[in-house]
Amino acid sequence: MEEVKNVIREFILSTHLPGEATDNLHDDTALLSSGILDSLAVLGLASFLEERFRVQLSVFDLGVERFDCIADIAAVVADARQPGAKAGVGGP
Amino acid sequence: MSASHLTRYLSASAQSFPDRPAVVGADGDVLSYAELERQSNALAHHLVTRGVRRGDRVGIVMRKRPAAVVAIFGILKAGAGYVPVDHAAPAERGRRILTDCRVQAVIVDERCLGVVPPCDAAGSQPVLVVVAGAAPDVAGRLPTGCSILEAVTADAATFDAPDGDPGDLAYILYTSGSTGLPKGAMLSHRNVLSFIDWCSSVFAPTPNDRFSNHAPFHFDASVVDIFLAIKHGASVHLVSEDLGKSPRELARFIVKRGLTVWFSTPSILSLLVQYGQLDTQGPTSLRLVLFGGEVFPVRHLRELRSRWRAATFYNLYGPTEATVACTFARIPDVIPDDRTAPYPIGFPCSHCDALVIDAESHEADTGEEGRLYIRGPSVFLGYWNRPAENEAAFMARDGMRWYDTGDVVRRTADDGFVYVGRQDRMVKRRGYRIELGEIEAALLAHPWVAEAAVIAEPDPAAGVRIVAYIAGSAAATGPLSIIELKTFCATKVPAYMSPDQIVFQPRLPRTASDKIDYQALKKPLLDERATTLAG
Repeated sequence: MEEVKNVIREFILSTHLPGEATDNLHDDTALLSSGILDSLAVLGLASFLEERFRVQLSVFDLGVERFDCIADIAAVVADARQPGAKAGVGGP
Repeated sequence: MSASHLTRYLSASAQSFPDRPAVVGADGDVLSYAELERQSNALAHHLVTRGVRRGDRVGIVMRKRPAAVVAIFGILKAGAGYVPVDHAAPAERGRRILTDCRVQAVIVDERCLGVVPPCDAAGSQPVLVVVAGAAPDVAGRLPTGCSILEAVTADAATFDAPDGDPGDLAYILYTSGSTGLPKGAMLSHRNVLSFIDWCSSVFAPTPNDRFSNHAPFHFDASVVDIFLAIKHGASVHLVSEDLGKSPRELARFIVKRGLTVWFSTPSILSLLVQYGQLDTQGPTSLRLVLFGGEVFPVRHLRELRSRWRAATFYNLYGPTEATVACTFARIPDVIPDDRTAPYPIGFPCSHCDALVIDAESHEADTGEEGRLYIRGPSVFLGYWNRPAENEAAFMARDGMRWYDTGDVVRRTADDGFVYVGRQDRMVKRRGYRIELGEIEAALLAHPWVAEAAVIAEPDPAAGVRIVAYIAGSAAATGPLSIIELKTFCATKVPAYMSPDQIVFQPRLPRTASDKIDYQALKKPLLDERATTLAG
């Protein structure tokens, strides 16, 4: 779990917060509801995670309720890595 | 068919095709032509009986769904102009917009009520609020004077739309303003009718067409989706904000809904190419793909062109002030593999005249660059309450009044105009106009910040990259984190204006006349790029 969080932190810092001190980006720092990441940034992050961890994320995972901070995002990735996790992008 | 008022499009189609679908929501909820006509009549009746008059402004702060199209037509039928406000942008910005154009009424989703300007504040008029999507049992919790949209539109009121004049206000769209306050471009019915008539002649829509509506209503591409579809008795399929976030879902939506006409920014189409898995989605019914608002990287355009072979592609160019598009270019069916130059913006649409003026105030010859000026029935009425900007926006020449687009183009012999760039501080990002000065004003509002300078640099992937240079005030204690400043910025400006990079400096470089030296700020970035390229 810590490894996943660090990968996410590293990606967000280098892609969206260049120059920010690592210590300022906490596991619970709000990213979507604060406006730090917009929908395009979320899409880029989701694509990166899908490739890096070989998972498929649903569009329903990417909202502010489930994807707002590093801890939430890591939990979504962990769920998607579970054996038997629903593959595909979900949705009706 | 030639109409004198945009609402006539709806009335005529409701007569001819009452049972056909006019608007289809992202969830599949359908509004027939008869229903759209009836509900917008009821809303117009409600607005007029509560004091909305011809020429008034009525705000719309709603998520995208069929009720928002009812709101548009209801407002127009009442003789007022609609003012669509980005519900996802900071409430403070929306409130400033609605206050600036002194709306008489606002139609708003319950969760966006914070955007509504306060009633009866000193000197301001009372604002009638119609809340959309609120359950009747919460009516008691709403501020006094509110009504509920669904209750209003359930009313089977008949309504005789007052005779309007084609010169009446149809809508005000706010674009980024260089001093920090967005400015409102006023468009008349005549402006829109002239453009829609041109669209009819070139794109030949039929009642069997299924239009997409990807653009939000505060972006003028939505004018094509809504009014062109309604004029021709076609259906318009709303792409909700959630759906728009997922290219795979969006690609599936295009196939599943059998969409025949698509219009969006190249940014969205590029995302579809990259993440939409178009090779696995099956054939589409698309016959027409329109894009505009920014340059389409040829690499992505080529791939899309090869995936959607049956469709005809057009590049549309035009500022909001000239109603969606004033020049257009048809993209060839096959894009050569070795082509890297973006496609031109093409030739003037038949309802517009264009003029290219060089630095010496002469008309540019073939091969030369100059500033693009536009005239014709689609050129806007002016900015709301901005006399100085209105003065600057137009040029008199040969006894005619020309709108200065601010865009620099090169005139070519075969391809019409090629877009070159701009000389001011406006940039385009994902099709949105951004005045860098508006971002600076937002950053300067933070108490820690003493100086802010924002520059844009070209970026191969994103089009432009926005970099903010910040110096703290002498009284500032301790460092400010980038996270805190970005979070603050997001309370002032929409997400698409948020800087990609924030750089703190002890003080910003100044020119001899003590102005911020933007050239000196751009230099390190250029040097950095040179180093990267060399490395």
